[in-house]
Amino acid sequence: MSEEVTHELTTDEVQHIAALTRLGLSDDEVDMMRGQLSRILRVFESLQQVDTEGVEPTGHTTEVRTVLRDDEAAESLQRESILENAPDSEAGYVRVRPILG
Amino acid sequence: MLLSSGEVSSVELTEAVLARVDQVEPRINSYITVTRERAVVAAAAADEARSAGNASGPLAGIPIMVKDNLSTEGVPTTAGSKMLLQYTPPYDAHVVEQLRAGGAVIIGKGNLDEFAMGSSTEHSAFGATHNPWDLDRVPGGSSGGPAAGVAASECFISLGSDTGGSIRQPAALCGIVGMKPTYGLVSRYGLIAFGSSLDQVGPFARDVRDSADTLSVISGHDKRDSTSLDAPGQDFSKSLTGDISGMKLGVPREYLVDGMEPGVKAAFEKSLETLEGLGATLEEVSLPLTDQALAVYYIIAPSEASANLARYDGFKYGNAVNDVPTAWDVMDQTREQGFGPEVKRRILIGAYALSAGYYDAYYKKAQQVRTLIRQEFAQTFEKFDALVTPTSPTVAFKSGEKMDDPVAMYLSDVCTIPVNIAGLPAISVPGGMSEGLPVGLQFIGPQMGDGTVLRVAHAYEQATEWHKLKPGI
Repeated sequence: MSEEVTHELTTDEVQHIAALTRLGLSDDEVDMMRGQLSRILRVFESLQQVDTEGVEPTGHTTEVRTVLRDDEAAESLQRESILENAPDSEAGYVRVRPILG
Repeated sequence: MLLSSGEVSSVELTEAVLARVDQVEPRINSYITVTRERAVVAAAAADEARSAGNASGPLAGIPIMVKDNLSTEGVPTTAGSKMLLQYTPPYDAHVVEQLRAGGAVIIGKGNLDEFAMGSSTEHSAFGATHNPWDLDRVPGGSSGGPAAGVAASECFISLGSDTGGSIRQPAALCGIVGMKPTYGLVSRYGLIAFGSSLDQVGPFARDVRDSADTLSVISGHDKRDSTSLDAPGQDFSKSLTGDISGMKLGVPREYLVDGMEPGVKAAFEKSLETLEGLGATLEEVSLPLTDQALAVYYIIAPSEASANLARYDGFKYGNAVNDVPTAWDVMDQTREQGFGPEVKRRILIGAYALSAGYYDAYYKKAQQVRTLIRQEFAQTFEKFDALVTPTSPTVAFKSGEKMDDPVAMYLSDVCTIPVNIAGLPAISVPGGMSEGLPVGLQFIGPQMGDGTVLRVAHAYEQATEWHKLKPGI
């Protein structure tokens, strides 16, 4: 069993994953998540007992195939109806806050 | 039924259901949105079609609830999350289109654990749903609203989604029928995605016949879902022969888990006797990898969720925190404020399992064990027509009991999760009572064996009275 699989998450690691997923977390939440996620990771340890040497991974349970369609223009949703849900829009586009702050 | 004979109109039926909603909803909370006016209009249209001789199919004029992670054009669709408080889809999910085309009357949108993540419907931004059999207990989850709604007669039929048991476990805890079809049989177009390789839409109903009729309406190929099976539509009511003599049913011993309540086990053993009495051959079987299913699921489902929920960025739709300096702050704060704790847990665990250095040990390993679990089922189905198991190890548990212990909550789905991992069809039917609360019985079939599980479930139902029991509310 590799060491990574059994270790307890650190506060730094929780903050790192939170940053990767753009999830703001309060200090209390980081602390709570650290304990709970470590406990969930312990549930995963049992998998190491299963011999998976040479076993192909399953991403999907149905036959994996590429679905193609003819390259022809077709009806789609109207731009206005989609933009109605956008928190901010202008001139037919979604408007966002500056990327560079 | 009454509608086709003209004894009752759809408008009368719909108004009776709406009155029932008014009466019990303050105690149950199975709906997030009730679309009263739209329902009456749809019911009047169904009546008109019938009197013109155009009654279309088994669901015409029937009041139905759909889980609030199924997109409904012009009607708010929240997925039980603050994140989507302000979201109104500009289109219908495929299954909603199918219901409308079949003349069904949509009464409203059912409560759920946020983004369908949970087993108790307590993780909803719109308050918990309560079990009609005992208001201090949970209805199960994540489709607790659709399950409680049918059990409390707030609709005749409902649609839920099942990623790890989210239809079958609440059906069991509420004493009704709930079915998860073969993966790909029902289009996921317009279903708000959680774990895309596991998610499947399916029906809740009082009995197996209504479940079969609903599945016939919502299933079939849809080119907008690339995983939709290219199979012709079927009339599943034809599977309900009432005869299972000579069928071989396997009883996997690993499903009788530690922590299973004695009352659940006793009800299960009684059900096995009933099935033998119907002429089925029962044999104990071992599926040793069942013990790994929980770990596989809680790696794969959160991994897929962490990717699927990346779309909630505060730009395109939904609630947004916009009065901040940069786009990065919009994302951080929108997601911090919009997601509840269980969703955050799953996003974090999924991102961790996918992250550099851990991918092989967690995500890839889980996908490899998934292959082995599929093979184990496939080998078992060479010998058996279907498997029979309890649906959940316990009856409905007390509200709040598992909210601080995520792993204890996850164990409620230990008997349903393997089915999603392998993409199989399964159904839960009322299979007894324990301490005054319903116990569920699960039948699992091979891929595309949806008709088989319906057939066995129907024969069992016809031989028992459990599905006729109703809560006192």
